[in-house]
Amino acid sequence: MSSAAPRPGLLGRWTQDHLREFVATVGRLYREPVSTLLTAAVVGITLALPAGLHLLVKNLSAISFSWEGSLQTSLFLKDSVSAARGRALAQELRRRRGVQKSEYISREQSLAEFRELSGFGEALQLLEDNPLPAVIVITPDTRDGAEATDRLMTELTRLPEVELAKVDHKWLERLYAILGMVERSVLILSAVLALAVIVTVGNTIRLDIENRRDEIVVMKLIGAPDAFIRRPFLHTGICYGLAGGAIAWIFVHGALLALSGPARRLAGLYESGFSLSGLSFSATLAMLGAGFLLGAIGSFWTVSRHLGKIEPA
Amino acid sequence: MSQIVHFHSVSHRYPGGGEVLADIGFRLAKGEMAFLTGRSGAGKSTLLKLIALLARPTRGQIVVNGQNLATLKRRHIPLYRQQIGIIFQNFNLLYDRTVFDNVALPLVIRGYAHEDIGRRVRAALDSVGLLHKEKAMPMTLSGGEQQRVGIARAIVTKPILLLADEPTGNLDPEMALETMEIFRRFNEVGVSVLVATHAIDLIQQLPYRVIHLDGGRISKDQPVAFAELDHE
Repeated sequence: MSSAAPRPGLLGRWTQDHLREFVATVGRLYREPVSTLLTAAVVGITLALPAGLHLLVKNLSAISFSWEGSLQTSLFLKDSVSAARGRALAQELRRRRGVQKSEYISREQSLAEFRELSGFGEALQLLEDNPLPAVIVITPDTRDGAEATDRLMTELTRLPEVELAKVDHKWLERLYAILGMVERSVLILSAVLALAVIVTVGNTIRLDIENRRDEIVVMKLIGAPDAFIRRPFLHTGICYGLAGGAIAWIFVHGALLALSGPARRLAGLYESGFSLSGLSFSATLAMLGAGFLLGAIGSFWTVSRHLGKIEPA
Repeated sequence: MSQIVHFHSVSHRYPGGGEVLADIGFRLAKGEMAFLTGRSGAGKSTLLKLIALLARPTRGQIVVNGQNLATLKRRHIPLYRQQIGIIFQNFNLLYDRTVFDNVALPLVIRGYAHEDIGRRVRAALDSVGLLHKEKAMPMTLSGGEQQRVGIARAIVTKPILLLADEPTGNLDPEMALETMEIFRRFNEVGVSVLVATHAIDLIQQLPYRVIHLDGGRISKDQPVAFAELDHE
């Protein structure tokens, strides 16, 4: 026996050892498909929940923002502003960035409209002056985002010709606030469910350690360092996490497919160009990454806790 | 430092129990082979456990290959054990893997390259006469063959010291003699060997030092039974 082939270097050894263990782990899990799938499915469902909710919030935000297009702002002009100036201002505003439409309504038009709609016609005739102001109705273009739209509206109310602006915005702000809260809740839920994944993987690994107690003792007897003994369990945990991430992706993607038809119909009814946005590439990576990380944490934590308790005697 | 094992007035007692070993002092020279004898409960296994650091002495010092075991930190124990080949009475094989994988395990632990492992494992299996069984599962082997798998695993890394605890306890006389013969061959190439056994009949035919334990003390330490010339 000669030692012609030297042992590989540190990095080569690391790669070799982990590759070797990974293949062995996948083989081991493959031989027990039912229990492996069950654990992976539990992890998958746990991961799918926050991922799905996140997607839901994202889509709701998109919908609510598209509604902003239907928002109109009424700029009530000062009585000192002439009809000609009012019309010119409406023209000017139309050219402004972020304004989709602007319409000038003179005092007379306002009055006519009011008389027609309110049924107070007779009463109005008693008044000497027309009490209604001229109005410019602005429809914002929401493509620049909610903040830009808000800024534009504030600017318009500060125009010298404008007496008062009525922005019916409150309900949208409330919706945004609610969405913000839901988003935060999803974050909290994600943290709790991440913990659940760690515990699930940890518990499975704990049972695995119990089953392989004798093997661990033999390993320790022949001088295996803790890192070596820990490795198969670490890989098992990571495999559960990755498989769980993939299962979660399938769940969420399936749900999206099931919802896309009704969503299109709904959008059609609202004459909106809205469509469900799906899982992006980075979201897919994030799901797999979360599975990897949580599986690794769960197994590392469990093995570290239990390995010291198993000693050959 | 010409000795591989040095016990210096070592005592050991199990928690709440009596003294298993009392004031043990002996040296095993590098390249020496010796038998540790005595009745069951005389402390043979405990003595080997102290060398393998499966237990720590209550009193006294043990130095193995220049390393004082009392100062060895817990995290360095695996590396220390890698220098020693241990053979167990109950074999301690992994029954869910093949003979090859069992013998390869110490090499895998040490991070040997794949091709290297195959070569070394086959050489070790060859030296115990089990080359043709590399694909077998341990359960399908006889006790003697399982024991030889255990020996192959212990020597595959070419340790400086081989410890064997009752290696012939489960074997018939013929296989027992064969096993001792394997130890002798390793000793001839320079490996230090310490074998705990109560097979007095068997070792009396062999030309090696015998350390006899009685009630936890060394009662006899015969340098070489006979045929010293032969060994020289």
